[in-house]
Amino acid sequence: MITVNAMGDACPIPVVKTKKAMQAMTEPDTLEVLVDNEIAVQNVTKMAKSSGGDVTSEKLGEKEFKIVIKMSQVMSELKAQEKEEDVDCMPDRRKDTIVVISSDRMGSGNDELGKVLIKGFIFAVTQLDELPKAILFYNGGARLTSEGSDSLEDLKGLEAQGVEIMTCGTCLDYYGLKEKLRVGSVTNMYSIVETMNNAGKIIRP
Amino acid sequence: MVGIETSDDAAIYKVTEDIAMIQTVDFFTPVVDDPYTFGQIAAANALSDVYAMGGEPKVALNIVGFPNCLDPEILGEILKGGADKVKEAGAVLVGGHSVQDDEPKYGLSVSGFVHPDKIFKNYGCRPGDVLILTKQIGSGIINTAVKAEMASALAERESAIVMASLNKKAKEALESYPVNACTDITGFGLLGHCMEMASASDVTMEIYVHDVAYMKEAADYAKMGLVPAGTYKNREHSIELVDAGNVDEYYLDLLYDPQTSGGLLFSLPEKYLSEALADLKEKKLDTEVSVIGRVTEKKEKFICLCP
Repeated sequence: MITVNAMGDACPIPVVKTKKAMQAMTEPDTLEVLVDNEIAVQNVTKMAKSSGGDVTSEKLGEKEFKIVIKMSQVMSELKAQEKEEDVDCMPDRRKDTIVVISSDRMGSGNDELGKVLIKGFIFAVTQLDELPKAILFYNGGARLTSEGSDSLEDLKGLEAQGVEIMTCGTCLDYYGLKEKLRVGSVTNMYSIVETMNNAGKIIRP
Repeated sequence: MVGIETSDDAAIYKVTEDIAMIQTVDFFTPVVDDPYTFGQIAAANALSDVYAMGGEPKVALNIVGFPNCLDPEILGEILKGGADKVKEAGAVLVGGHSVQDDEPKYGLSVSGFVHPDKIFKNYGCRPGDVLILTKQIGSGIINTAVKAEMASALAERESAIVMASLNKKAKEALESYPVNACTDITGFGLLGHCMEMASASDVTMEIYVHDVAYMKEAADYAKMGLVPAGTYKNREHSIELVDAGNVDEYYLDLLYDPQTSGGLLFSLPEKYLSEALADLKEKKLDTEVSVIGRVTEKKEKFICLCP
């Protein structure tokens, strides 16, 4: 039994303390958290449940509450298990590669040729042994995920295999395509930057 | 011209047949670490009350509390942030007042003008109206996560941008429409303010919970229990009058999350919706606009949450 004393601590300190105690656990154990207000009880309960704990709480006095969290697994085990399960149910063909498409044609020179090339490029992506994690479309690239694009079938196929297809909302707006998006979801600059930042490798045609 | 009984956003004084003056004051303690951003947020928040009444801010005065022990340069940054927002609003900052205080505080007293027939009231929703929200919600939860040092840098930045952006463009986009009611979303959270509007208008609001734009990370942080105390108070205050259906717990936390300098909530007859959305789009807001629900005849509860 590990005891966390968060008496006198205002939100969000009790959550922070409990979480730290959970992360420090090396074997399944029970955590006892003492707090002095109802809000802390609710917040700690939410956090513990979302971390896979079995939670009960009781009121000990006017300003004294006890939350008991039974963790049948420690956090690091839970994470390891999640990874294993992934491998078990479906061989994941996705790596942390991101494809970024910023135009509806590939390369500069002849536009007609550029359009043929980009279609070929997207088809070739579907044939990769290891699919990318996500494909980002922005600026002219937004036309490729919208009505009338020759690549919709390929992109839908990729999406069905778990590749995230994301198109920049501002760009859809700009080209008047917002109602015409036919595959994937709308994204914003934050997600674009975050996705790129977390990528192991970025491919740009 | 409007009484306190319907908890309107500011005081209004009719000067002539064509001019009404709006008077409001608001200030608070820092919600972000960066002093310049704090100044911007506090000013945007104070100016917002004028926009929520349909007015144009004209004159502003600083209100400052600041401790002796802190570097005066910090105060300079706060004031600069505030002054830049006032300028962006097209108003003039003409001075102010400061006192010594243990904790920094900053805000504005703002005077604005509006034509008496063009005032946005925070009651008057009619069945058949749609509800348009002009900023994504979640700033209270993100600010709590920032305090807990559990927020991502992106979440922190998105929340700062949302809080610091003026409600000017949103107000300008919709002022030519027959807006039945409008308010700004602040401390009572989205549902708290919806409740005020619905009860003062004696109607029921159907809120399409999953259409409400929110900051993505806020949902994760709500699940982790990074929920500010204000959320629980807001919820306790009105949950009896809400038909919550089987909406997930963390969604309720989001909907009751107290907002700092939140967006405007408009109640507008549905036939104007597509035109109004096009005008909002043209204004290129820095925040996300969402159509969050509609107004019906009064039913058993004032608010009905639909998945």
